Amino acid sequence: MNTKETLEPVESEEAPPIIGENLPRPEGIRKVCGTALYADDLKFDSCLFGRTVRSPAPRGRVRHIAFGEGIPWDEFVIVLPDDIPGENAVTLIEKSQPFLATSVRHIGEPVALIAHHDRALLNKALKAITVEIDEEPAIFSIEEALEGKEIQYGRDNIFKEYRITRGKLEEAFSEADHVLEGVYETGAQEQLYIEPQGVIARADPKGEVTIWGSIQCPFYVQKALAPLFALSPEKVRVIQTETGGGFGGKEEYPNLLSGHAALLSYRAGGAVVRMIYDRREDLFVTPKRHPSRTRIKSAFRKDGTFLGLEVDFVLDGGAYPTLSSTVLSRGILHSFGPYRIPHADLRARVVFTNSTPYGAFRGFGAPQSIFALELHLDRVAHELGLDPAELRRRNFVKKGDTFPTGQVIKEEIDLALLMDTALKKADYARKRKAYEEENRKNPRVKRGISLSVFFHGSGFTGSGEVMLGSKAAVRLLKDGSVEVLSANVEFGQGTNAMFTQITAAILGIPPEWVRIHQPDTAVVPNSGPTVASRTTMIVGRLVERAARRLRERVLEEGGLSQGYTGEEFRETAKRLAAREEFREEAQYVPPPDVHWDEQRYQGEAYSGYSWSCDVADVEVDMTTFQAEVKHFVSVVECGTVVNPIIAAGQIEGGIAQSIGYALYEDVHTERGVMVNNQYTNYIIPTTADIPSIEVSFIRFPLCNYGPFAAKGIGELPADGPAPAVAAAVAHALGYRYINKIPLLPERIAAVVLEEEETAA
Amino acid sequence: MPEASLLDFSVFNPRRLDEALSLLAEEENVVPLAGGTDLMVTLETGNLSPCRFLNLMGIAEFQEPFSWCDGKLRMSPLCSYRDTRIDKDVATRYPLLVRAAREVGVLAIQSRGTWAGNIVNASPAADGVPVLMVYDAEVELRSTSGTRTVPLCDFYRGYKEMDRASDELVTGIILPPPPEDRIEYFRKVAPRRLQAITKVLLTGYLLRSDDRIEDCRIVLGSVAPFTLRARETESILRGSVLDSETIKAARAALQGEISPIDDIRSTAMYRRNVAERLLDEFLLSASPESH
Repeated sequence: MNTKETLEPVESEEAPPIIGENLPRPEGIRKVCGTALYADDLKFDSCLFGRTVRSPAPRGRVRHIAFGEGIPWDEFVIVLPDDIPGENAVTLIEKSQPFLATSVRHIGEPVALIAHHDRALLNKALKAITVEIDEEPAIFSIEEALEGKEIQYGRDNIFKEYRITRGKLEEAFSEADHVLEGVYETGAQEQLYIEPQGVIARADPKGEVTIWGSIQCPFYVQKALAPLFALSPEKVRVIQTETGGGFGGKEEYPNLLSGHAALLSYRAGGAVVRMIYDRREDLFVTPKRHPSRTRIKSAFRKDGTFLGLEVDFVLDGGAYPTLSSTVLSRGILHSFGPYRIPHADLRARVVFTNSTPYGAFRGFGAPQSIFALELHLDRVAHELGLDPAELRRRNFVKKGDTFPTGQVIKEEIDLALLMDTALKKADYARKRKAYEEENRKNPRVKRGISLSVFFHGSGFTGSGEVMLGSKAAVRLLKDGSVEVLSANVEFGQGTNAMFTQITAAILGIPPEWVRIHQPDTAVVPNSGPTVASRTTMIVGRLVERAARRLRERVLEEGGLSQGYTGEEFRETAKRLAAREEFREEAQYVPPPDVHWDEQRYQGEAYSGYSWSCDVADVEVDMTTFQAEVKHFVSVVECGTVVNPIIAAGQIEGGIAQSIGYALYEDVHTERGVMVNNQYTNYIIPTTADIPSIEVSFIRFPLCNYGPFAAKGIGELPADGPAPAVAAAVAHALGYRYINKIPLLPERIAAVVLEEEETAA
Repeated sequence: MPEASLLDFSVFNPRRLDEALSLLAEEENVVPLAGGTDLMVTLETGNLSPCRFLNLMGIAEFQEPFSWCDGKLRMSPLCSYRDTRIDKDVATRYPLLVRAAREVGVLAIQSRGTWAGNIVNASPAADGVPVLMVYDAEVELRSTSGTRTVPLCDFYRGYKEMDRASDELVTGIILPPPPEDRIEYFRKVAPRRLQAITKVLLTGYLLRSDDRIEDCRIVLGSVAPFTLRARETESILRGSVLDSETIKAARAALQGEISPIDDIRSTAMYRRNVAERLLDEFLLSASPESH
């Protein structure tokens, strides 16, 4: 079926009208009416509840697990590491953490599993278990890891390191009029999907495993569970249930949780086992956004010309490799921003600590490095006496320019237009001046406004998509409707509507005749994980190509002629579907001019980028030191917008989440674990704290590889708000820069009060 | 992670007050339960020891949320934040009750949570207690052996320590009419606008004739082991001319009275500074120049 195929860039205004329409979400009604079935809603005739026995210590060997008195232990299903039939390690990029540890590396690490049909008794039993550990010294910070204390991974506690160089950085510094150094830090952040992690498992000891669950990547779970049970992958069936949010948090953790539930089921002779975390357990043990520390040194001419950039980007990876190497990769590949930089030396490392492993979260490393660069540029502008917008304008990349990775920009991008559109909507120039005057007169309230400009690459980094080789399919159903088969899940971001619109557009049928098959590894082809802003641009294109093939076959085999009506298509489809399985598939083909050198970290890191400018307008109450965002503008260029309302909603949500990252959300850790693991104490902003957010889209002349020239937007809004907000707070505070987020009132107070004391 | 199991709890459902008082006197380990908004949280976090709840929601004598008597407001132990928040008379006579009620949790919590529950939960971060103290509320306590009242300002003795015997039930909260022409102040500082636990709270009133302070109340939350009436600061202010010297002295007195701590929600340094700034904001807003 796969004849040699070349992928053409899409350069068109010819998209049918349904592309760009606000099609209501196909799953919207059932979600609003409460009939959508989430994992915890699934009914089984009988089932056991499972729970996890966890390490109380951050490092050491498990000496003994004591099952206390007063519990009828013989009624319980218990799994210990020795009971594991296959390999005791989660298979991800490399072998990551054990499913059950005998030597632990972080507090909360699973060491045993128990199950019972009585939930209350189960919880009581869990309290009666004591885990005894021969404790060893542990490390909890990036600094300790880099100092080489308590080496626990490789030779130096470094999971992964990358280096990107271009030009001669020494020349930049010797030529420079202005050199500035800075260190920028970001904290961990919790995804806080509304539905906690949860899976249900049935592992028949005869060799079939089925998982139902709240998951982003069904085939990842399959890949992780096959070696655990020493089965071939097709013996593991993974069915995604309606998923209440993910934001990256359900990319990797479901592998571990599914393994746990399946092990209990296996041990119970194939009984159904439910493992649904409550919020406290979820916050306590699941991966969060990597904390970061970035050192930047920049070289500029006094007219604002960017000469050179040195970046030392470090992430805290926590106790296991998990996805950290790819998070690091995306981080460093977004660390240089949309600027022309002739000389660059970019270094990235992710280190081991005895903390709960950090993992995927919307943005995936980019929010951390972009925070550092964009806030740094605000400082540079201030020191050079330039407006921060002006400094950027003088350095934007244009068609024909080259990134430090050697990637040449081939699109007709106009970042000045993008930025100016945002500045105008935000009334930036007037406000920036007016606030400075008002702030001089008003000691109680200080106002500030600033911006960020950034990009986000769609799809897997480098040759990742080639290695995935994703497939998606479209088939005719007996009632004449058309079904899309992919492994990409709907978890609030609009996958179902987007696939429906693309399919309806290609086939020329009403969207009501398009169905989306629930991701189920036994039925759908592996179209890859639902991550990396790839679903629209990469998988959407596969669906589009599969639909085109289906259309050609329907025309040919059904005797349908061009210009058919929807009704004619449907009648033909019924006829064809009655005869045999009528299905067409498309597999990923890399664009012809995209190459990636994994060794040198050079080439086309991404085949498409979305671009954006954010403007944050803030107020700081000097009585309480609380910063609030009063207005927010975001202008986005993501090619064709398939569904404007869903797209704008996704951007607004991302901005709200990122305002949380910038000002409110503080993962408070003690000995490597989150201790404010409750809604009450992990503060995310509510609608009362989020300002009006104005989102608009502009379009550069289209030329990319997405379906109808659409690009990804999932992660883009996680990248820009934090530095824009931090820069606006600095502006409000009279250019007092605080280089660490979240900008909690306590942190702002410490800076302001210290200055007041020095002044007095 | 410790976790309470529902197997460890049971509930009494008395219909009359005397039944409830007898149960409280005779049975072991009984915990009164009204709205349950605090107990729900401690149960969920596994921090609630096994006990027997005494559900007050069905008691006939408590069904009227509040009543007026001799110009005084009398709240039943089941009076919720919502009951006072939506009442025009309460809003006119005791505006701070409404302001505080609006900042407790969110609407669902305000409908369920009670003022009396807020008193006996004895959290230093209580949002209801401070305004009750500003209005000189008295707590009525009843047991099988009798009834007594205690000024709320004297009710707390230490962290979660109260002048309440284990067989006593709070049966009412009584508020005298506050003085006319007072200038009131209320500000809750929390990590976000809604559904948040207080980091620092300052509320009070000030009665001024010309530029002299006749009387005042200053009450703070989250800066001491219990809701704190700042008597030293009040005594500095009472009788003084409201000028920058007095404000400076009051700020210094306040620093001597409060004892904030570092915890999961904020820092002692922050609470100390913000408490003082709130006092400053209050006193400036009550100064002759701003009126």
